[in-house]
Amino acid sequence: MTAPLDCVEVVELVTSYLDGALDDATAERVREHLSLCDGCAEYVEQMRVTAGVVAAGVEEQLDPGVRDRLLSAFRDFHRKA
Amino acid sequence: MEQATADLVARLQAGDEDAFAEVLAAWSPAMLRVARAHVSTQASAEEVVQDTWLAVITGLDGFEGRSSLRTWVFSILVNKAKTRGVKEGRTLPFSSVAPEDAGPTVDPSRFQGEGEPHPGGWRPDGAPRAWVPSPEDAAVAAEVRGLLAEAIDALPERQRVVITLRDVQGLTSAEVSEVLEISPENQRVLLHRARAKVRAALESYYRPAVQV
Repeated sequence: MTAPLDCVEVVELVTSYLDGALDDATAERVREHLSLCDGCAEYVEQMRVTAGVVAAGVEEQLDPGVRDRLLSAFRDFHRKA
Repeated sequence: MEQATADLVARLQAGDEDAFAEVLAAWSPAMLRVARAHVSTQASAEEVVQDTWLAVITGLDGFEGRSSLRTWVFSILVNKAKTRGVKEGRTLPFSSVAPEDAGPTVDPSRFQGEGEPHPGGWRPDGAPRAWVPSPEDAAVAAEVRGLLAEAIDALPERQRVVITLRDVQGLTSAEVSEVLEISPENQRVLLHRARAKVRAALESYYRPAVQV
């Protein structure tokens, strides 16, 4: 029987846990911990939410001139073909 | 290939301009971020992205779907960005573990120490508190956008590249490993550290005065 995981350990396993990359025994220990620990359950939820909202921070688009050149290149390539 | 991808590839190969405009708009922001981490200037990054799209346009006919379309496109991007980076005297070694990739990702002072009732457990004032309303909420999303952008900018480059590929572009762990030529474990370490920092930035929005 292994010792229960501490919160300080669980927070470092979150990404592997969410990726389904932990071995079965460790995943089970994490699940067990989360069922008993509100703080860690909240932490996991916040990491999941974070992963989902990161994209909102990356919006910078290509320069419109570059975009237009690429659209023309695409058009020209297929016109020739 | 999954059906949606196969359809997209077929449209692109047939010269469907709307399809090309769509992927150009949807993928270029992440491509710029990934390129920027490898090269010296924003102008260089733009050129790398442009050259990548040009290679995609001319190479699409030969794309056979052995990897996903995005894996193929991002692999071209990373190769071009690396080559450009080397010319500019920059390298971004993904294979080695840097000091910024080790150590705790949550402030240790938020956990109880030896001699306290639950060593290694959250302190009562250290445990995360619920985010209400959630940053997924439309009204909050607009407010946190700037904060997210800042947090992503502040990440070490390799962590920024991995979180961009995984959480902005939606590549799987296996796809990121392939594109960056690193192990799934290594990419997960970088992703974990990146997400933990962005989470901490979001937390500061909800608990501006957190003192533990």
